[in-house]
Amino acid sequence: MMKTCLVVDDSKVIRKVARHILETLDFTVSEAGDGQEALDACRVGTPDVVLLDWNMPVMSGIEFLRALGQEALPQRPKVIFCTTENGIAHIRAAIDAGADEYVMKPFDRETLQSKFELVGVA
Amino acid sequence: MEISDGAVRVLAGLLTARTGQQLSVGRRWRIETALRPLLLQHEIATLDTLVGRIVSGAEPVLADAAIEALLNHETFFFRDLAAFRQFETLGLQRLHTARADTKRLRIWSAGCSTGQEAYTLAMIFANRPDHWADWSIEIVATDLSPTAVARARAGRYSQFEIQRGLPVAQMLRCFDQQGDEWQVSSGLRDKVRFRVHNLLGVPPAGLFDAVLCRNVLLYFSADVRGLVFGRIASAMPDDGLLMLGAGETVIGQTDRFVSDYECRGCYRKRRDGSGPIASQGSTLR
Ligand SMILES: C[S@@+](CC[C@H](N)C(=O)[O-])C[C@H]1O[C@@H](n2cnc3c(N)ncnc32)[C@H](O)[C@@H]1O
Repeated sequence: MMKTCLVVDDSKVIRKVARHILETLDFTVSEAGDGQEALDACRVGTPDVVLLDWNMPVMSGIEFLRALGQEALPQRPKVIFCTTENGIAHIRAAIDAGADEYVMKPFDRETLQSKFELVGVA
Repeated sequence: MEISDGAVRVLAGLLTARTGQQLSVGRRWRIETALRPLLLQHEIATLDTLVGRIVSGAEPVLADAAIEALLNHETFFFRDLAAFRQFETLGLQRLHTARADTKRLRIWSAGCSTGQEAYTLAMIFANRPDHWADWSIEIVATDLSPTAVARARAGRYSQFEIQRGLPVAQMLRCFDQQGDEWQVSSGLRDKVRFRVHNLLGVPPAGLFDAVLCRNVLLYFSADVRGLVFGRIASAMPDDGLLMLGAGETVIGQTDRFVSDYECRGCYRKRRDGSGPIASQGSTLR
């Protein structure tokens, strides 16, 4: 069965780039423009992994992560932060909030692939 | 930019003589891209002129720089994660048992490029301090390229390099952020000894319980590969462990090593095998 990935980013361009890479890695991809949309999507069907931007309108990545922790989902998706925030404080905050991995933009296919391997959804 | 067949032959010959590496036809386009910065730096108009100046022998730095530019230093942390997990859980575990009396391990990262492989090893040991408490672990990492070795020793990586293969929690534990770069913590840097070394030569002194020679031998001709396998075997005890790159094998390449059925992707010395090392050696410089 193909793995599913939810790409959460307010930039359509970034979502498109990510989708392209993910499809070459054999993922079925869905998209959300902010944390709230992402949360709604997870309630309908939990993806295997969420690729999560930090700064977004309505609900930020970190808010989404905290909200996700409160949800009674049948299975928790793996969450990989994917952001231009590259300071150590941000990275720590993400990990503390429950992120499984962290990718700093810009990234390439190999980097993403290695992160998927690390969280066990390769 | 065009390069004449004669010039390609000169460069290929130089590369093989110095490093053992073959310049395959498929990689010929790389010559042009790889050497362009060198032309700019030395204000040389064409590749043929560059090769002419190298051949004249008056400027050894040019030859060194050309070799450097032609080498592929591609590497990353925990390259082939599954293979490293096997190496740790099966290979190292076996050595842990086999060396329980001396509690000494020596490991060689041969062709270490900019150091990610050697630091991966250091992190594997650092991740289980209790398991390896009281052990003396020596990690020796070598590469032909002085530039790569200098970078490895500094242990400083760009944002792009740091996140390839490295778990973020590991990065937070073992690296310090310095502006746009990340540096291996000094404690971990002290665990690895880097030095310039050519695999065509005699191995570093002493025996190594495990040797990692990954994604290096594939560029060698069959003859040179045989020679290097022999050299590596001579630097290992009988129960030593050899780890190659994910796409590499010893099968059909050497009679010094056999597959290690307890640890997939690893190899051990053939029990009876002294192998025709002398005759292989005599076909080379
Ligand atoms: C592609 S990198 C592989 C790095 C690392 N082992 C890995 O698997 O990620 C190959 C390295 O081998 C080095 N190399 C090539 N020929 C060599 C030789 N004859 N002796 C020592 N190192 C050599 C190159 O300089 C380069 O850094």
